[in-house]
Amino acid sequence: MITLLLILFPILAGLLVLVSGNALAKKIAFSASIIELAISAFALSQFRINDTAQFMCNAPWIPSLGIHFKVAMDGISILLVLLTTVLVPLIILSRPSPTLPEGKGALSPSGRVGEGSFYFMVLFMQSALIGVFTSMDGFLFYIFWELALIPIWFICLLWGGEDRARITFKFFAYTLAGSLLMLVALVYVYLQTPLSLGEGPGVRSFDIQSLYEAGASLSSAEQTWIFWALFIAFAIKMPVFPFHTWQPDTYTNAPTQGTMLLSGIMLKMGTYGLIRWLLPMAPLGVQEWGNTAMILSIVGILYASVIAIMQKDFKRLIAYSSIAHVGLISAGIFSLTVQGLQGGMMQMLAHGINVVGLFFVVDILFNRTNTSEIPKLGGIRNITPWFATLFMVVLLGSVALPLTNGFVGEFLLLNGIYQYDAGMAAFAGLTVILGAVYMFRGYQKIMLGETNSLTSAFTDLTFNEKAVLIPIVILIIAMGVYPKPVLDIAEPAVMRILNIIHP
Amino acid sequence: MTFISWLIPVFPLIGFLVIGLFGRKISKTLVGFIGCGSVLLSLILSIGVFMDVMGSFGIGTPTVYDIFNKNHACTVPLYDWISSGNLHVSFAFLIDPLSCWFLLIITGVGFLIHVYSVGYMHDDPDFSRFFSYLNLFIFFMLLLVLGDSYLTLFVGWEGVGLCSYLLIGFWFKNNEYNKAANKAFIMNRIGDLGFLLGIILIYVTFGSIRYTEVFDVANSFPASQPVIIAITLLLFVGAAGKSAQIPLYTWLPDAMAGPTPVSALIHAATMVTAGIYMIARSNILYTLAPVSMDLVAGVGLFTALFAATIGLFQNDIKKVLAYSTVSQLGYMFLGLGVGAYTGAVFHVTTHAFFKALLFLGAGSVIHAMSGEQDIRNMGGLKKYLRITFITFALGTIAISGMPPFSGFFSKDEILGYAWNYNKFFWLMGVLGSVMTAFYMFRLFYLIFYGKFRGTEKQQHHLHESPMTMAVPLIILAALSVVGGFIGFPEVFGGNHWLHEYFYPVFKDSYNNLNYHASLPSHSTEIILILFAVAAAGASITAAWYYYKKKENLPAKDGDNINPVQKTIYNKYYMDEIYATLFMKPIDRLSEKLHQIIELKGIDRIVNFFGEGVIWMSGQARLLQTGYTGFYIFAMVISIILILFYKLV
Repeated sequence: MITLLLILFPILAGLLVLVSGNALAKKIAFSASIIELAISAFALSQFRINDTAQFMCNAPWIPSLGIHFKVAMDGISILLVLLTTVLVPLIILSRPSPTLPEGKGALSPSGRVGEGSFYFMVLFMQSALIGVFTSMDGFLFYIFWELALIPIWFICLLWGGEDRARITFKFFAYTLAGSLLMLVALVYVYLQTPLSLGEGPGVRSFDIQSLYEAGASLSSAEQTWIFWALFIAFAIKMPVFPFHTWQPDTYTNAPTQGTMLLSGIMLKMGTYGLIRWLLPMAPLGVQEWGNTAMILSIVGILYASVIAIMQKDFKRLIAYSSIAHVGLISAGIFSLTVQGLQGGMMQMLAHGINVVGLFFVVDILFNRTNTSEIPKLGGIRNITPWFATLFMVVLLGSVALPLTNGFVGEFLLLNGIYQYDAGMAAFAGLTVILGAVYMFRGYQKIMLGETNSLTSAFTDLTFNEKAVLIPIVILIIAMGVYPKPVLDIAEPAVMRILNIIHP
Repeated sequence: MTFISWLIPVFPLIGFLVIGLFGRKISKTLVGFIGCGSVLLSLILSIGVFMDVMGSFGIGTPTVYDIFNKNHACTVPLYDWISSGNLHVSFAFLIDPLSCWFLLIITGVGFLIHVYSVGYMHDDPDFSRFFSYLNLFIFFMLLLVLGDSYLTLFVGWEGVGLCSYLLIGFWFKNNEYNKAANKAFIMNRIGDLGFLLGIILIYVTFGSIRYTEVFDVANSFPASQPVIIAITLLLFVGAAGKSAQIPLYTWLPDAMAGPTPVSALIHAATMVTAGIYMIARSNILYTLAPVSMDLVAGVGLFTALFAATIGLFQNDIKKVLAYSTVSQLGYMFLGLGVGAYTGAVFHVTTHAFFKALLFLGAGSVIHAMSGEQDIRNMGGLKKYLRITFITFALGTIAISGMPPFSGFFSKDEILGYAWNYNKFFWLMGVLGSVMTAFYMFRLFYLIFYGKFRGTEKQQHHLHESPMTMAVPLIILAALSVVGGFIGFPEVFGGNHWLHEYFYPVFKDSYNNLNYHASLPSHSTEIILILFAVAAAGASITAAWYYYKKKENLPAKDGDNINPVQKTIYNKYYMDEIYATLFMKPIDRLSEKLHQIIELKGIDRIVNFFGEGVIWMSGQARLLQTGYTGFYIFAMVISIILILFYKLV
């Protein structure tokens, strides 16, 4: 039941936000997200590490098609649910209150849609995301997957930057095309599930176990199709090279909170999909084509890292760095090793937290100077010790310094990739160097040196901003110093997936 | 005290947190007190742990003898850090003669430099930030040597790299300094990638990354296994980055942008010797890979000579010392490569004394000269800075390898092993020490003798440094003079205490190495020593004649100098070469990838699909003509096609 509660609570609270009016919207939305966090924390306290999917809620939905409303959480699911419930309050809090002097984009540019709608969309999104991470039925997964696209589409379209219509349309059409491929694959495998014997016409099943078994029983050629249909769908979402070109524009153009949702949580739908659906449903396909997927991922790491070096817009720089990080996660997952998959899980959480921190840094810069262009900034550290220090820690997490959360994931991922192929690990490992190049150069030009006319009036963090960044910084260090709980929770679930692939 | 050895790094960590969080609110005195006090507590504990280790040798009171194993090592477990599949990494400390020795160097020299910094940084508005970084550095450095596995070593390794970055760019308003800081971090990261891959290969090969487990398995390996060679080479890439060896050395001279105590502590005495620690720690692996040892020796020797030549022509007091450090680190690697493991660590120790002393002395000079670093504008400081003058002189003699000062013993040991390894290496090593003696005395005479060449304002301001700065100088000078006696060689009737002390750590390697199980015969060794000392002495005389007697001065910036000299003065243009070969091409690649492949390539194709759909829908729209006749016609054609399809 608790899983169902986790899914339904945000959207119901969102409706309350919608009717409560703009003035109260943020407070109610924030309270709701905190309650949601408490619920998920309670679920965690009840979680039994070695058991299979728990907190199951299973009800027939469309019995004639074998579709169930089946949601439950295993180690993989609960970690991503926690990521969602931790990040959403921070994302809500990070949005400047409407009572403050409004920066660009504080209200919808069209002026007709108020803050209430914005927070409604965020909470709506949270419901859909948790649904994605907990669905144990193929059809239900697809429904939540598409549902998650609706609120983010509105957020980008109504609160985005100048070129929002074109960019949002591209993002929407691109990901939708990917999802349709996924739907075809799911339906194809569904049609291979055995007819259940009973009264009346037999019924096939969208249940995850039935899909796993049906998928694994397919011929190698069929699994190749399944593999590519699912991989492209997930690769677009993450995004993995060369399916990434929607991402930098969308991340740059979306309102910061939208970018946080997209990069912090939504892209994990793709990496989650790889682990939960792609690997077990097409094991032969993975064995045959996993190598290609790894090469694409690693090419993406290098490609995006190199491009990031010369980006002038800090927001776009982070967008490209995100492609590099996700490429590493994807490559690690396809290494099909315990370390690769666990590193992937760890890095999903770490990246989610760090990238939200980084985009918030961009927001802080933008709200004070009206620009996020690196060459125009500089010298901010002279006047803002708090901001400088917290920004630095987030950056260290992002470049995976040991004792930050980024290192644990990166080390395990590289370890997994190395076991698959040493040469690939060497190339993937270049991210260690390139990441330092673009991040430290960026930090230097934004924060160090002498102030200029744009930055001389820069004020240090407000209470509200500290309330967002300090928890992020604490998480970055805590997860780096003591990552064991996360790894322990993920390990049994990851082992079960791996056992399906190499029995 | 071994059972509370986990407290050793905790004190500086607490110091860092307290100063970092509250440093702006409390007085400078208190900041200095906390900063120095935390390191002092670590030093006291380290001495306690050292006594325990000595106790395990049967010296002193062996109260805790039972917790040490037959190798005089014991593990202090803390907690499980990373665990995934059969990979288990815990935070645990390994207390053994080697780690304990480094504890003493780090906390001992570290404490002295902290005290010195109280005086040196006193007028800096960011006094508290400086001490918080310095404490953080000590924390990571202690973690580096205490960890019982390669990954905990790596934690400290990257941590000290971060502190190095923060302290090089301490005066962050100056973008040149910031660039130097970035360069240090990024260049270190190149090495770190090699190190990281090496760690992973160790895990894949041995199923563990704990030293004890790895070395136990490695001992049963035959020599020259490709995998061991690969591991050792990857680790050496890391060591070359951290310890500034060719080709990853160019960050260290630039790192002199940091405050001078930082140069002394991080970029001379401790952090840059981490690479030597790592290889000395992995001595068994290297012994099993003679090819790697050859490379280590070759790179070390070449770096020692290369950097020494640059040192001959530099005019910035700190740059001379920086290239000297690179060169001395080269000697240490030469020692490791020729199997003089004890000798290398010995040289780390004596170098920590005399190079920290020289840097702090340089700091004292710079302090007195109101920030001036160009030795062409100094001269005649002898009579103004008595303590600095005397201590600097002792340090200069020590580094030049004059008996019985400390540098003589450690360098001699490395050269002795080098002789047995390869006579040519020995000769080159002597050549390097000849250059060392020359550039050091050149520096010494140009600073302290002759006429004062600075401005009148500077001359008016000249003063000896306060006691907080002078006392560390005196202590370090004493150590530089007598420090060598811990390794008093057998050739002079000593028993080389240090060799005995490190024997448990290196004994498996000594058993495996055949070509230099011992030093050359005593008669040969005496001749070698006499030759080396005479050569260095001649070099000192030359420096004396040229810079003191003749009072020659280095060329001014605009002067014509011959091309060879000019090339060396410009550091062989290595920075320019690296910029042309690596940095600029990557920047250009970054731009081209973005403009051409990304925007005009991949994104075009994606948009083409989108436009294709629009075009097709545009064409399909034309079918909706509205004429019933056309629809019926289309329907008939379609039915016929379907029927044909069914037939086939």
